[in-house]
Amino acid sequence: MSTQSLEKEFAKIAGQENVLTQEADLHAYSYDSAVLDQVRPGIVVRPADSESLGKVVRLCNEHGLKLTVRGAGTNLSGGTVPHPGGVVCLTTALDKILEINQDDLYAVVQPGVITAKFAAQVASKGLLYPPDPGSQAVSTLGGNVAENAGGLRALKYGVTKDYVMGIDFFDVSGNLVRTGARTVKCVTGYNLTGLMVASEGTLGVFEKIILKLVPPPKAIKSMMAEFDNVQAASETVSSIIAAKIVPATLEFMDNFTIKTVENFRGAGLNTEAAALLLIEVDGHPAQVEDDAAQIVDICNAHGAVKVRQAENEQERAAVWQARRDALPALARVRPTTVLEDATVPRSKIPAMMKALERIADEFKLTIGTFGHAGDGNLHPTILTDKRDVQEWERVHKAIDAIFDEALALGGTLSGEHGIGLAKAKYMHLEHGTAAIEYSRKLKEVMDPGNILNPGKILGTLLS
Amino acid sequence: MADIKQLADKLKELDDLLTRCMRCGMCQAQCPVFARTGRETDVTRGKLALISGLGRKMLSDPEQVKERLERCLLCGTCQVNCPSGVQVSDIFLRARAIINGYLGLSRSEKIIFRSLLTHPGLMNRLVSFGALFQGLLSKEADSTIGTSCARFNVPLSKERHFKKLAAKPLHKQVKSLDSSTGSSGLRVAFFPGCITDKIFPETGLAALKIFKHHEVGVYMPEGQACCGIPALSAGDSKAFSSLVSMNVQLFSSTQWDYLITPCATCTSTIRNLWPEFHNGDLGMVRPEKVMDATQFLMDVLGVEPADIQENQKKIAYHDPCHLRNSLKITTQPRSIISAAKGNAVVELPGGPSCCGSGGSFNIKHYELSADIGRQKARDIAASGAQVAATACPACMLQLSDMLSKENISIPVKHVLEIYAQSL
Ligand SMILES: Cc1cc2nc3c(=O)[nH]c(=O)nc-3n(C[C@H](O)[C@H](O)[C@H](O)COP(=O)(O)OP(=O)(O)OC[C@H]3O[C@@H](n4cnc5c(N)ncnc54)[C@H](O)[C@@H]3O)c2cc1C
Ligand code: SF4
Ligand code: SF4
Repeated sequence: MSTQSLEKEFAKIAGQENVLTQEADLHAYSYDSAVLDQVRPGIVVRPADSESLGKVVRLCNEHGLKLTVRGAGTNLSGGTVPHPGGVVCLTTALDKILEINQDDLYAVVQPGVITAKFAAQVASKGLLYPPDPGSQAVSTLGGNVAENAGGLRALKYGVTKDYVMGIDFFDVSGNLVRTGARTVKCVTGYNLTGLMVASEGTLGVFEKIILKLVPPPKAIKSMMAEFDNVQAASETVSSIIAAKIVPATLEFMDNFTIKTVENFRGAGLNTEAAALLLIEVDGHPAQVEDDAAQIVDICNAHGAVKVRQAENEQERAAVWQARRDALPALARVRPTTVLEDATVPRSKIPAMMKALERIADEFKLTIGTFGHAGDGNLHPTILTDKRDVQEWERVHKAIDAIFDEALALGGTLSGEHGIGLAKAKYMHLEHGTAAIEYSRKLKEVMDPGNILNPGKILGTLLS
Repeated sequence: MADIKQLADKLKELDDLLTRCMRCGMCQAQCPVFARTGRETDVTRGKLALISGLGRKMLSDPEQVKERLERCLLCGTCQVNCPSGVQVSDIFLRARAIINGYLGLSRSEKIIFRSLLTHPGLMNRLVSFGALFQGLLSKEADSTIGTSCARFNVPLSKERHFKKLAAKPLHKQVKSLDSSTGSSGLRVAFFPGCITDKIFPETGLAALKIFKHHEVGVYMPEGQACCGIPALSAGDSKAFSSLVSMNVQLFSSTQWDYLITPCATCTSTIRNLWPEFHNGDLGMVRPEKVMDATQFLMDVLGVEPADIQENQKKIAYHDPCHLRNSLKITTQPRSIISAAKGNAVVELPGGPSCCGSGGSFNIKHYELSADIGRQKARDIAASGAQVAATACPACMLQLSDMLSKENISIPVKHVLEIYAQSL
């Protein structure tokens, strides 16, 4: 079908003002937050209600048009870089919170609801929605579910999948498939909800999501521990867990990141420290006191140079400001910032840190590392300038080396940022060919025309 | 038409600035335009991608890029919140100038920037001519706010509830001033700005009353030209530079300590954009000497909030983007309001945000601008204030229009008027 007649068809479904075909508009949907080449779609459509969303999917399937659903476009793995000339379907207009149920502790939302707005609404009702990706001020819940996003609280509270009770999604033919339930327990049939989580838009298009809510903790305590060697910091992490304490948050920053953050904010971080641990415990007040005291002891036992406990809300905010500054501070050092997501068993953090140092040396690159030490999820951040062709090539090699290392240590390619286009080529290294073949067969049956976000996760091999 | 390659080469000069953007998309949380439309071309990241794409010859139609770039309030909110520190305003202004240099200005833009703005005398005569006739064409909309709307269907007026041109602009009431330093030991150059002069002369008079009260000498020369922001944001750097030169000449002919304006937009333009974008001498007008009036009152003259009284009048203060984002001035205007006895500042629910005016944005994208402004009006109503105050005449216009249309009948005042009334 010609672009013009297609445009008309889409306009009939979503309204003329919600269909974009001009060069400039298409260009603006040719990228996301991953550092990858831009690919321009052929048409962009922004349905304003679920019915139109379903019709868009059906129309794409009928005409064999490759379809990429896009929330905020903040994923870091190219999940929303469209197929050349394909269709981009925006969820930004599907942004209604349909229900917040305080009796049964769940909420029902449209996929385009912004995470932080949702969390705030939930908080205003005295409840908590724990997943808090660093991008929550803009990311959408649909995007969170499709990427299985994590966040600072993941150590104790888990990631997005731990809060998804059900998903209504459109299959490739535009039929609405209802999965899950509003009940705490539900074991009817295949776990299609689970299948949809982390599917990155390749198996279905979410129309509605049921999310679990929890009561917020009654007390919170934060602290910051300084170490003069990385090994000691990492051992502290394992010891805290081994002592059967699960902090809500346990974050790590290396010396390079500390120095950069201090340069940026001047908040009085010790730039001599080899590593910082930022720790937060929450729960019942008495338990929080107890856990905090034990953590301080453990830090000291591992030779912490200093442990600072936040005595009030202001000091607590200062601890987390330092963590929040990590990315902005690093991002200002060089023009291009490549944020990686290698994850290892937490006992392997020291080994991973050593490897990162070696990789930085070997490829003559600047790498700042911070991340979720508590769950072994590190964000080695390569600071570079992608216009420097030779350096950029070294960056690619370094990324390969980082994943090789993470896998060798029994880790995984992605703790939270997804596979998308960026890491599809490494998938067999982690999961072997059988898992990929199985996934491909599944995809083939669910989406025979391979129109749903082709090339993501499973690579381009599927015809 | 010039070669598209030339355009790309010019835009390449912005490459160092552009590559700072890591495409994280965090600006989506900040942009008032994006909040309404959800379109990537309406948020910083998208606009930067368009400029960069044009520079890399990935795009062939600069007209489309120009159009998207115009859908921006230049409020600077994205810039102050960008994790990567991208110099957004700089990039946008430069890109607009480059693209417009390539495409050429529209006929009406040429008339406005090249013939009208740069000839303040002609402009003044035209405006007083307009003031005479506007009564025939408009009718009252809200008498408390002092707004009118069009009697007939005139294209530009749309659904506006506008403030009429003053019957007697400031420059007709006070032609010029050149008074010497009083007990304060200070002398300021006063730059009222176009909107104060032609629509809100009462703000200008308030400023003069305040200077007199504090015994500050004033130099206010005749024939001041526009600060240049309309020309610069439309990408006409030539008209901008000639406006700056005219003003520099006027203000460099005598000694003064500070150059004061009652307009957030003028202050940030003179302070930040004149040095950045004017290729020429700035004479006496050095950035560190340019100051917003409320900042001058508090930081230099040491005006302090008055004691709290019973039954204080509630004043909702709207932070103009140019004060809040580009000059980081937020406490001074609030202090000056509470320096006026009997007045208390109330904060708007949801915190500070752009009113949606954005200069020519309001003219080109009135619906969008009104959409943003209506929310502001509702926030003001929800704050329970009896008066809406701000420190930028351009915001005053927008607030008046929006409050009037929402039938929220409370007056809009400049912070200086509130303070002057208490003297
Ligand atoms: C500064 C920054 C910080 C970040 N911090 C974190 C972090 O702490 N933890 C973390 O996990 N991630 C983080 N991320 C990555 C990213 O924000 C998350 O992956 C987020 O979940 C993406 O949400 P989005 O709305 O932007 O989705 P998009 O990027 O628009 O889409 C992501 C994927 O979801 C699919 N999708 C979107 N909507 C639907 C739908 N309705 N149905 C089916 N599929 C859909 C898309 O096709 C795509 O494959 C960060 C990113 C940035 C830029
Ligand atoms: S917040 Fe800054 S770095 Fe991030 S996309 Fe927007 S402009 Fe670019
Ligand atoms: S300057 Fe204001 S309107 Fe323009 S892109 Fe930034 S936030 Fe949006």
